[in-house]
Amino acid sequence: MGNDDHKKDIDHISGVETTGHEWDGLKELNNPAPRWWLWIFYVSVIWSIGYWIVYPAWPTLSGATKGTFGWTQFEKLKAEQAEIAQRQGQYLSKFHEASFDQIMADPELYAFATAGGASAFKDNCATCHGTGGAGGPGYPNLNDDDWLWGGQIANIYQTIQFGIRSGHDDAHISQMPSFGVDGLLKRDQVTTLVDYVVSLGKPGDHAAHAGYTIFQEKCASCHGPDGKGNREFGAPNLTDALWLYGGTRDTIYKTIYYGRNGVMPYWKGRLDDDTIRQLTVYVHSLGGGEESEPVNDPAAYGPEPLTTGQ
Amino acid sequence: MTPQPMAQNPSPPDNKPFRFFARREKIYPRQVKGKYRRLKWLVMTLTLAVYYLAPLIRWDRGPNAPDQAILIDLPARRAYWFFIEIWPQEVYYLTAILIFAAIALFFVTSLLGRVWCGYFCPQTVWTDLFIAVENLVQGDRVARQRLDKMPLCFEKIWKKTVTHALWLLIGLSTGGAFVFYFNDAPTLWADILQGDVSTTVAWFVAALTFSTYIMAGFSREQVCIYMCPYARFQSAMFDKDTLIIGYDAKRGEPRGKHKAGTSWEGHGHCIDCTACVQVCPMGIDIRKGLQMECIACGLCVDACNDIMDKIQMPRGLIRYDTEIRIEHNIQDKTTWRIMRPRTVYYILVLALVAGLVVYGQVTRKPFEIHALHSRNPLMVRLSDGDVRNGYEIKVLNKTHQDNIYSLRVENLADAALEIKGAGHLTPDRLPVAADEVATFHLFVTATPQAEQSRDITFILRDNATGRLDRYTSMFISGDKK
Repeated sequence: MGNDDHKKDIDHISGVETTGHEWDGLKELNNPAPRWWLWIFYVSVIWSIGYWIVYPAWPTLSGATKGTFGWTQFEKLKAEQAEIAQRQGQYLSKFHEASFDQIMADPELYAFATAGGASAFKDNCATCHGTGGAGGPGYPNLNDDDWLWGGQIANIYQTIQFGIRSGHDDAHISQMPSFGVDGLLKRDQVTTLVDYVVSLGKPGDHAAHAGYTIFQEKCASCHGPDGKGNREFGAPNLTDALWLYGGTRDTIYKTIYYGRNGVMPYWKGRLDDDTIRQLTVYVHSLGGGEESEPVNDPAAYGPEPLTTGQ
Repeated sequence: MTPQPMAQNPSPPDNKPFRFFARREKIYPRQVKGKYRRLKWLVMTLTLAVYYLAPLIRWDRGPNAPDQAILIDLPARRAYWFFIEIWPQEVYYLTAILIFAAIALFFVTSLLGRVWCGYFCPQTVWTDLFIAVENLVQGDRVARQRLDKMPLCFEKIWKKTVTHALWLLIGLSTGGAFVFYFNDAPTLWADILQGDVSTTVAWFVAALTFSTYIMAGFSREQVCIYMCPYARFQSAMFDKDTLIIGYDAKRGEPRGKHKAGTSWEGHGHCIDCTACVQVCPMGIDIRKGLQMECIACGLCVDACNDIMDKIQMPRGLIRYDTEIRIEHNIQDKTTWRIMRPRTVYYILVLALVAGLVVYGQVTRKPFEIHALHSRNPLMVRLSDGDVRNGYEIKVLNKTHQDNIYSLRVENLADAALEIKGAGHLTPDRLPVAADEVATFHLFVTATPQAEQSRDITFILRDNATGRLDRYTSMFISGDKK
């Protein structure tokens, strides 16, 4: 174009000029983009120059141009996180001051605790206990009513803080010995004991059983003479329907022969106390939480009650 | 195959290139006086009054609900229309109302033609208003045409500026009124006067100002011709007994100039003055017959009657009548068939939809229960061998007062219900504040059932009135362990 001498090739059906290109008798119509569209395009191009100046744009050897606004994604993230923290703050300060009793009685604090606990649970606890807290073989189901170390708020709080066989000085510690491996029981004794333990869940005269004597001698000190367990030692109840590692004869045999010493890490120091308290309320809310026994000292349920003097 | 495109597409006889795209010719409708014009002013006044004033109407709903008669409260997810109140899960009422409106449009169209388009449609009302502004500032058709052809001068600048300023002002008030339907009008009005409005409100006002300005100022009849789907399919509701704007061709043709006082022998009554074309806001010639563009506003009838009066011929060369009556030149008023299969169907459907809406409103439950079975975990086995299932119970209190409900379960023997949460909530005492949805975490414990998943029914009772609502859920006993 531009050359006026050039004869324009007009397509007579549409009345539109062609580009002059022809392929097998087909010609391309020259329909340029509308002018308003082009103008928006040009304005956008000019506008983009402003972006280059005010925002980080051009890569340099050591990074990128900073832009006059000084905007970065990290700053934006920081500002947004600060806003979230500020919004949480009004509840958090109230939560921080409140005792467990107060939290359990206040719908707002309770909702705040369970919501925060649910989120912290998924980040920290779900790896072993599952996202719904249903656990698995070796990892306790937190929804049921069977607690090794107690299901009251104070018990749960202590367990989360210090863990079980976690290496922390205040951790729950107990040992299920490897009766078979260490030669404390012979193989046939273990088998007899398995029979006895399986029979504990069913009604009958347990004292007449061949395993009764072995049990009283080797197991009753932790699991109790009737096999109902003892929370002092985290010894499970052997008479109920729930089995941490599984209730088949095979699993019970392995448990007695090799012993079981599951570990739960301590969270004190890794999570702040408010988060641990939120987790406590959340785990308690899953369904198995037990009513707290009345205590004389309300401060025992306040923030960090179990660490003082330890 | 040898390419022979040219031979198969012969050019038009006049050898002018055929265009697929027709550039819009700007329409300069002339002002007209008459019966239909007066009706149009009246309808415009009424519809605009309804649009601007409806949000100001108050309607007392008690202390726990807004007192605005028509309000769509988006943050609270409630819609109010006088005595009707809709929650989000009842949005099917809206569907029913829209179906009713659509069928009502079909019904009216099959009887009276496109009166919606000609009188009530916002596009028509605002376009008419904008043209009235043009007429006021710039003068009538010829003056406006002259002004547009004029080179840029002081007169053109001030007239155009004033026109567009008034258009924008109307647009602004249109957008301003729109946001009142979504906010408490007196509160928002005070906020607007203080210049303290949310970004959302400001954006909506700006968007509606702009769209009103564009649609009524520039797009105008193109909206009806190219954008509006109703315009296209309303012809499907037409039949020969539908009232239309019709030109009596038998009486009018052959058209042509006629000198006053001479004989009408061999002349049709149409003197080809083109008054009907000049007043048409759609820019069509009604004498070519009923067309898709015609919005049945009747302004050409007014214009033609005016001319007929001047040449002392009977009115009604262009008239608002049925096709069959115009065709056979029937004057008898009784021959308009109103009850036709089409109109009867529409009446039946209208009655059905209206009945459903009324039935729905009359039997609307004042409260509802919904139960969501917990999925993680599906069930929990307890130490005594029992099974526990968790549920999220949602109770909707649609009344405007605080109520207390009680919950029990049916079809599950020896089931123990426990509400988990702060405070002392029991299944017998579930308080729900007025106009709120409350969520309760419920545990149901029972002995393992024979079915892996058993259907159970939750029954919620309003402790004050004794009314019940049910929700069927399931109780899962076993994961085949």
